[in-house]
Amino acid sequence: MAINMGSKLVLPVGARDHVQGPATAPVTLIEYGDFECPYCAAAYLIVKKIQELMEDELRFVFRHFPLTQVHPHAEVAAEGSEAAGAQGEFWEMHDLLFENQRTLDAWHLAQFAHQLGLNTRRFVRELEEGSHRGRVREDFLSGVKSGVNGTPAFFINGFRYDGSWDIEPLLLALKSVAAQETTASKTVGSVA
Amino acid sequence: MSDMPNTALPAGTPAPNFALPAAPDRSLSLESLRGKPVILAFYPADWSPVCGDQMALYNEVLPEFKRFNAELLGISVDGPWCHRAFTEHRNLHFPLLADFEPKGRVAKEYGVYRNGEGVSERALFVIDSAGRIRWSYVSPIDVNPGADGILTALESLSGRES
Repeated sequence: MAINMGSKLVLPVGARDHVQGPATAPVTLIEYGDFECPYCAAAYLIVKKIQELMEDELRFVFRHFPLTQVHPHAEVAAEGSEAAGAQGEFWEMHDLLFENQRTLDAWHLAQFAHQLGLNTRRFVRELEEGSHRGRVREDFLSGVKSGVNGTPAFFINGFRYDGSWDIEPLLLALKSVAAQETTASKTVGSVA
Repeated sequence: MSDMPNTALPAGTPAPNFALPAAPDRSLSLESLRGKPVILAFYPADWSPVCGDQMALYNEVLPEFKRFNAELLGISVDGPWCHRAFTEHRNLHFPLLADFEPKGRVAKEYGVYRNGEGVSERALFVIDSAGRIRWSYVSPIDVNPGADGILTALESLSGRES
């Protein structure tokens, strides 16, 4: 399996993270992504499908890795998702951004905020003031230090996944880790 | 040139000095950067996709390198005009040096030239402020090595020098 034991996540999943799925899930998938990266938009659909298939077996975490010199709207989009997150709608904005990747300028972001029923004035103010810039940079640096070399980058239970992120291989990798973890916890249980 | 090393110079070796074009009308020497850490990033060619991603990544990490007062230099066998077009296209904010004439000479001195293909390895060197190599790494040529190794090397360097 294409899990790279040499590249380990330096920042464990914690309260600061945006998380979908239960904390008790046997497998955690972390994506370092960029809202303006076309590969990340493709991966977005794949991860969504995998989440449906694995249900409570999977916990999913998204962290920012904007390549701002290549993607001019990546930074503002990342900060926009955080501004939505500050109003409790991170994932809704995350989905909207990937589904509307060609229109990520500040004007469209404000439209998305309005569409989600957010306080648009607060949303725009936070973008203008760069309130979430530090958070986005923190995500980015945690990725760099964990060996992220491009987007999307995936970590499965703390180790980088270097295989293909087409649906079949990624699902297989996640399922086999889930199976290992479940067996391991059963063994521990029977010993005790 | 049989006295050239055939593997990447290891940590502890004095970094061979060089002066290479950083632009069509400007040359940059390693010696002129003495006093601060230098990151040498050899890569096979401008425009090839992995290099693009690697240089784009370093472009983003640049503020972090600066925190250690480190200078980042990209080096390939491409000529200075090619580097200029690549730099403008990718919006790069660090110099790309042209190891162009005599071709690959600096890559050879650092032990990271691929004779068959006539390009350099994808190799990283972190050089301390006194001009000594403190870390080197050769990545598989099609794999972007990321920046974590560089940052770890710079961290241990700043620990030692402070």
